[in-house]
Amino acid sequence: MKALVLGIGNLLIGDEGVGCLAVEALGRRYTLPPSVECVDGGTAGFELLSMLANKDHVILIDALRDDREPGTVIMVEGEHVPRAFMARTTPHQLGICDVLAAAQLTDIMPGHLTLYGIEPKQLEVGIGLSPEVEAGMEKTIRAVVNQLRHFGYEVKRNGIESEH
Amino acid sequence: MAKKITIDPVTRIEGHLRIDCEVDNGKVTNAWSSGQMWRGIEIILKGRDPRDAWAYTQRICGVCTTVHAMASVRAVEDALKMEIPLNAQYIRNMIIGAHGIHDHMVHFYHLCALDWVDIVSATKADVAATAALGQKLSAWKGNSPQEIKATQDRLKKFIGTGQLGIFASGYWGHPAMKLSPEVNLLAATHYLQALDYQRKINQVVAILGSKTPHVQNLAVGGVTNPINPDSPANLTVEKLFHIKTLIDEVGDFIKQAMLTDVAAIGAFYADWTQYGAGVLNYLSVPDMPMDTKGTVFALPGGYIPGGDLTKFVQIADQREKTLYGGIKESIKHAWYNGNWDRSPYEEETVPNYTGYDADNKYSWVKAPTYLGQPAQVGPLPHVVAMYLAGHAATKTYVDQTLQTVSALAGTTVGIDALHSTIGRIAARVIRCAVLYENMNVQWQALVDNIGKGDLDTFNAPVFPRGEQRGTGFHEAPRGMLSHWIVIENGKIKNYQAVVPSTWNAGPRNADDALGPYEASLVGNPIADPELPLEVLRTVHSFDPCLACAIHLVDGKKTPLGKVKVL
Repeated sequence: MKALVLGIGNLLIGDEGVGCLAVEALGRRYTLPPSVECVDGGTAGFELLSMLANKDHVILIDALRDDREPGTVIMVEGEHVPRAFMARTTPHQLGICDVLAAAQLTDIMPGHLTLYGIEPKQLEVGIGLSPEVEAGMEKTIRAVVNQLRHFGYEVKRNGIESEH
Repeated sequence: MAKKITIDPVTRIEGHLRIDCEVDNGKVTNAWSSGQMWRGIEIILKGRDPRDAWAYTQRICGVCTTVHAMASVRAVEDALKMEIPLNAQYIRNMIIGAHGIHDHMVHFYHLCALDWVDIVSATKADVAATAALGQKLSAWKGNSPQEIKATQDRLKKFIGTGQLGIFASGYWGHPAMKLSPEVNLLAATHYLQALDYQRKINQVVAILGSKTPHVQNLAVGGVTNPINPDSPANLTVEKLFHIKTLIDEVGDFIKQAMLTDVAAIGAFYADWTQYGAGVLNYLSVPDMPMDTKGTVFALPGGYIPGGDLTKFVQIADQREKTLYGGIKESIKHAWYNGNWDRSPYEEETVPNYTGYDADNKYSWVKAPTYLGQPAQVGPLPHVVAMYLAGHAATKTYVDQTLQTVSALAGTTVGIDALHSTIGRIAARVIRCAVLYENMNVQWQALVDNIGKGDLDTFNAPVFPRGEQRGTGFHEAPRGMLSHWIVIENGKIKNYQAVVPSTWNAGPRNADDALGPYEASLVGNPIADPELPLEVLRTVHSFDPCLACAIHLVDGKKTPLGKVKVL
């Protein structure tokens, strides 16, 4: 059994980087088994395709604009995930949507796919999250840890696990 | 009456590019290229430690991660007049090469080919005829009837689900699509195979760079890969031989599939050698330094004014004053305060958005000039420069590709055909083959140098007090990239990145001369202004990339479907 937690976004555009920062915090605060790969994908495209191969569970974390309160976290599963990314496609754009489509085309789609989307507030050039999105990120990290444990991966908190 | 068409965004990987064209009598008569996002890296870096800059700059852009890291460390090293250990040069060169091959391959098959190849038509092809065509073109093992049949079945199944996904936005059945179903199916077969080969070459980046998509092994002064031929945690002999195997496999695909595909597309779309030339001042820099001082380069570069190949001037060194002294940027038509034309060292970045006004300011991209002229950068300028400088591998692949095109088209196609939309695409594939040849050179140089007992990979930088200035040049997949740094007392005082897409996608300059995208669109035919495939063909031939990636999912455009709010 293998899992991938993939954060995507741009660290230089405020809340846009929440996916990358979530993955970084997850890897720092928890000890993950070797079967769980934790990757900061940035804004990369096809480099990510090989990471999807041979995975049972793939969890994506990204900023997701859906006109909700800033910091709101939504979860999308399975076939609805590519559709969420489809919202942004125009001719020949190679982003995560195309990576998922290429995975579909080459039969390497993971058995279980989840997207955690966090509603951004601040998309100005600069490093760091707004307080609302920071709170959303914390909520996401807890949800991802719970989900990984639910799948049967052994995820250990480094130090004292105070939040549970 | 002229009709105005707007395409926005043309691509989203690197933020937004907006193209406006005036179309009259089925032809583009005027064009404007606008970068719709502000980059801002210059402001983020101010006051930071120059040793950390590369880790930030590789976040500028989603596809060009390593290139900004490379240019950044080179800028600091130039400012400090550092020498770089040989092993570090070779390891960096291999990362540059592998990244370049990956980038060119993904662009050719997965971004650009679908402007020319009709995937839906491929499902109607005759499998045996397609295999016969493939075997006539090359000995590629992936041209067997079994492989081709499997591709066609896969496409039929995929299209049959009604969810075209990756192919959803193609211009299938457009009157400008001219390939036979068999050529379409052969290209589609290689499209799928390329997904595997891009993965293999990216593994080389991952092994050498410790991580992908963002490499971890760079440092101002060298690389952080400890070399120990025997220790498993380090760069070992075993890892080096694994890299060699990957390079060889990818090389076969480039030589036997990619090069013949681009020749076939070029031959069947020979009319596109007449369109898209645009700005004919070609600029490229030498790259792949082979000595510690960075004065000897494996790949040459240079300047060709006005497309006149007899006036080629080779640029011998990335640190030549004629190179960095000849570059200026104008903000006359860009959303910044004022109206100046300056060396990047002297620039200030004060954004001032005043709305889209095609007659005044209409882009976030500045307009760079070399010796006072706009210049085109990218694989085309680089390949022509390497050809004219007598680079052996380049000469072989250019001549061979032109011969294949000539044979398929039944007419002699010379090097002048490269000054075009289709020529720009062909040059990218040729450069991919040249990079492959060079990977072997770098690999051998690294192995030989380690064999001599040299295990050095890093020289520590020392920051004197006072001010130092440096430029980091790099011939990146999209063309000449330069980072400009001013260091004061060990901190960044000014930082500017003049990226390839600034050169190509820039707006009109201080003299109102059109930028390369703009100039290349004028004269393009437009069969249907509602479906301007031809505009996309020319813009995509540059491998468009505005150096700032925003990656947000926007649920407003399409309802998200089933979601759960946490």
